[in-house]
Amino acid sequence: MYDQSVVTVLLVWPLLAAAVLWLAPERLAKHIALAAGTIEFALSVPLWWRFVPAGGMQFELSRPWVSAWGINYHVGVDGISLFMVLLTTFLVPLSILGSYHYITKRERAFYANLLVLTTGMIGVFVSLDLFLFYVMWEVMLIPMYFIIGIWGGERRLYAAIKFFLYTMFGSLLMLVAILGLYFTAAGRTGVHSFDYGFLLANVGSLGTAGWWFFGAFFLAFAIKVPMFPFHTWLPDAHVEAPTAGSVILAGVLLKMGTYGFLRFALPFFPAVALHPTVQAIIVVLSLTGIIYGGLVAMVQPDVKKLVAYSSVSHLGFVMLGIWALTLQSVQGALMIMINHGLSTGALFFLVGMLYERRHSRLIEAYGGIAKVVPLFATVLTIVSLSSIGLPGTNGFVGEFLVLVGAFQTYPVAAGIATTGVIVAAAYLLWALQRVIFNKLDKAENEKLPDLSPRELVVLVPILAAIFWIGIYPKPILSRMEPAAQHLIDIVKPAAAAATR
Amino acid sequence: MNLDLSNTSELMLALLPEIVLTSWAMVLLVVVAWRHQTVRDLRLVGWLTLVGLAGTAVAVWWLWWNRTTAPGIGPMVAVDDFRFVADWLFLGAAALTVLFSFEYLEREQLLAPEYYLLIVFATLGMMIMAGGGDLIVIFLGLELMSVSVYVLAGLDRHNAKSAEAALKYFLLGAFASAFLLYGIALVYGATGTTNLVLIGVQVASLNLQTNLLLLLGLGLLLVGFGFKVAAVPFHMWAPDVYDGAPTPVTGFMATAVKAAAFAALARVLVVAFSDTAAWHGIIVGLSVVTMIVGNLVALAQRSLKRMLAYSSVAHAGYLLVAVSVGAAQGTAAVLFYLVAYGLTSVAAFALLAAKGRAGESDVQIDDLAGLAATRPWLAFGLAVCMLSLLGFPGTAGFIGKWYILAAAVAGGKAWLAAVLVLTSVISAGYYLPVIMAMYMRSAPFAEAHAGMRIGRPGRLALAVCIAALLYFGLRPNRLLALAQESGMTLTPAVTTAAPPSGN
Repeated sequence: MYDQSVVTVLLVWPLLAAAVLWLAPERLAKHIALAAGTIEFALSVPLWWRFVPAGGMQFELSRPWVSAWGINYHVGVDGISLFMVLLTTFLVPLSILGSYHYITKRERAFYANLLVLTTGMIGVFVSLDLFLFYVMWEVMLIPMYFIIGIWGGERRLYAAIKFFLYTMFGSLLMLVAILGLYFTAAGRTGVHSFDYGFLLANVGSLGTAGWWFFGAFFLAFAIKVPMFPFHTWLPDAHVEAPTAGSVILAGVLLKMGTYGFLRFALPFFPAVALHPTVQAIIVVLSLTGIIYGGLVAMVQPDVKKLVAYSSVSHLGFVMLGIWALTLQSVQGALMIMINHGLSTGALFFLVGMLYERRHSRLIEAYGGIAKVVPLFATVLTIVSLSSIGLPGTNGFVGEFLVLVGAFQTYPVAAGIATTGVIVAAAYLLWALQRVIFNKLDKAENEKLPDLSPRELVVLVPILAAIFWIGIYPKPILSRMEPAAQHLIDIVKPAAAAATR
Repeated sequence: MNLDLSNTSELMLALLPEIVLTSWAMVLLVVVAWRHQTVRDLRLVGWLTLVGLAGTAVAVWWLWWNRTTAPGIGPMVAVDDFRFVADWLFLGAAALTVLFSFEYLEREQLLAPEYYLLIVFATLGMMIMAGGGDLIVIFLGLELMSVSVYVLAGLDRHNAKSAEAALKYFLLGAFASAFLLYGIALVYGATGTTNLVLIGVQVASLNLQTNLLLLLGLGLLLVGFGFKVAAVPFHMWAPDVYDGAPTPVTGFMATAVKAAAFAALARVLVVAFSDTAAWHGIIVGLSVVTMIVGNLVALAQRSLKRMLAYSSVAHAGYLLVAVSVGAAQGTAAVLFYLVAYGLTSVAAFALLAAKGRAGESDVQIDDLAGLAATRPWLAFGLAVCMLSLLGFPGTAGFIGKWYILAAAVAGGKAWLAAVLVLTSVISAGYYLPVIMAMYMRSAPFAEAHAGMRIGRPGRLALAVCIAALLYFGLRPNRLLALAQESGMTLTPAVTTAAPPSGN
């Protein structure tokens, strides 16, 4: 009973809560939203125990939806999506709690949007029907568009429409590619279906069309990740979004891109994805992202922008890990996807807390505040170190695995990527030094209040996760290993067969 | 139920919906002649019109329910599901327009009950167009519709823009009709008939596929229809006419008139010219140009009405993609899209009409700033309309666009599908600012939206439209089945697989 319905419940519950919010009084809105988010997380927790690592796709449910076109409501969770779902349900209540003071206007609408967004995000990760996937992929744009556009900073309108247009541009081409797959499979078997498993089994080799389809999927996902030349929407969106929006954007939305590569682009088009030219392009773009993102982050005067660019760098590692396609590197990529969600999410929370106190995000506005706000300084230091990848924190596990794994496939690239870790240390430690250490030379900073209990409640769960994953990642790795291995098993032979 | 159309009483039966509507129009004429002065008269005629439309819809339904067909070759009047579904579409669009017009006519002091009568006549023309099995019948329907709409566009005769719109529409429309008529004449010259089925048979049996006379005639027909659907480069009239006409009339033109032209175009091309390959390329070319120009020019508009006018040009481009696929798939996609687009468009224009205060029809997109804060439901409605026009998932517009894309990809025109999606990315650039203005900007002054009013009938119709848009976006099954079945009833006169054994 639980196994069949849990995913659907996770999808419907936030929508119900959003509907209730619509009717609720304004001052209760945040509390209702927090309760709903917490319940959502509680509902998702049993997934962790009930998940069978070797069990492939689980918690499946399939019901006909538009039978004339072979569209089903088909959802399920495997070792790749499990962690994305848990990450989402984990971050959403924290974002709600973190917005308690930041959001002061139209609260009901804000939290309702956040909850609808939750449904969209989980929907992307659990969809096993390409139509459903596409719907979820697009639907999630609207609440995010509103969150940035209504509650964002000064340039929010520009950032919101840029975010929307970039994403939509990529995804609409993907729509055509999805239809291409659908009709190819239908031509081969006579069965019209958008089912993921069915298409995967029946699309077969696509010839030249495969290149076009891969290109369309690639564009959609690469913009979302974002990979190097497609990343320009990200700094705008991250900086203008309210804290909760940035946390969700960095924590979950970016992972949709890499998840898309793992779930769709690689399995459907192994021959194209592992073609030497494509490999070279993607590796070069990933490396460029790693180094360029880091270097640009280093020179940012605005802390939030710094964190935003660091995302470009981290996601470069993920892409490298995915394309290296060894067990360690794929697991590492998945780990970074989780870790980046936690560490960068926490960084955005911390930046938001700083902004609430001083209404400035400029690094130069601070300095020496460790004496005034010791708790804050401690948490910021820990989180920064985890983002750098200090051993003992979560960040280390992921980057180490990616580098070890990638070294087997692309030794040179892995070597270059290592410098990315050094760059990350440079920009974060330098920023840390300028913000919390140095001399306390600004009078405004002498009376900053330290973290409140509410803010601690937001940060402590993330800190706990950071250390847990850093010290004992085995339960996570063991759960994702079969899925990662399965991915490699279906992609590599198919690619080899195509080149032979 | 099989009807023998050479038998007068059975021909009457086949024309039952048209006869019901014509008779009712006569009754309305008498009523209008007798009472045409006060607001109450206006309302009375409006409600009577709704009764007539409903009665006609029932007559259509009755024919449909009895699975009426007319076997035998070449009837003047087609009796198939395609016609019935199209009829319902026209009647629905007309009824919604009437519901939205109550408030508007009173506010603008257009106390002319003839307005409703003209809508009835236009609807009648559309039904004849969609049901015509003969080029002459289609032409008759087209003229009846066009003349009524020319007058409707100029109804606000004290307004210079309205008068200009009517004159422009009339002059260019007459020109296009001449093209159409000359096209019919040339086709007649080549095949010796104006009957759609017989044209198809003649083309196949006499091998006229590349006959110059026939192709010339076909080209002129396409020009005529291209004008009516406002395809680029025959769209020049559309923005000015849409802009000048009273807003509910604009909504009617963007939905019903366009739908009628598309229905007739699909029928002519599929039934008579399925064998003639030449039009595919022309329609594909028209669709590409229309999508690109429509979307790009819409991007530059600041006035909401002109923006919607150009967006309607762009949508004609999307529909032409479906038409170019031809056969059952394409026709079904055309029908579905027409329903989705019609619902959206009629609602969007109604909201626009509500926003434009008396005598001030020029609503800029920026004038909507802060609407969500003061009128959340109206803002929500307009936001849904914009998303549906954009083809966003969760709305009927998405399913419609998906259907057209599917038809194009299935028809081996994946590149055309790619053009469609790329141009609809452009369209996000002008639909989103509307949402942005409503939700993300604040009103310039406190009473900015105080004058925005929609009467009870309008509100009801609006709620129905929005609910239908969202419902069909999630559960399109019934409507899809309907479109598919009726698309299938539109069959080529001669299937290429089985050439006639006559010669």
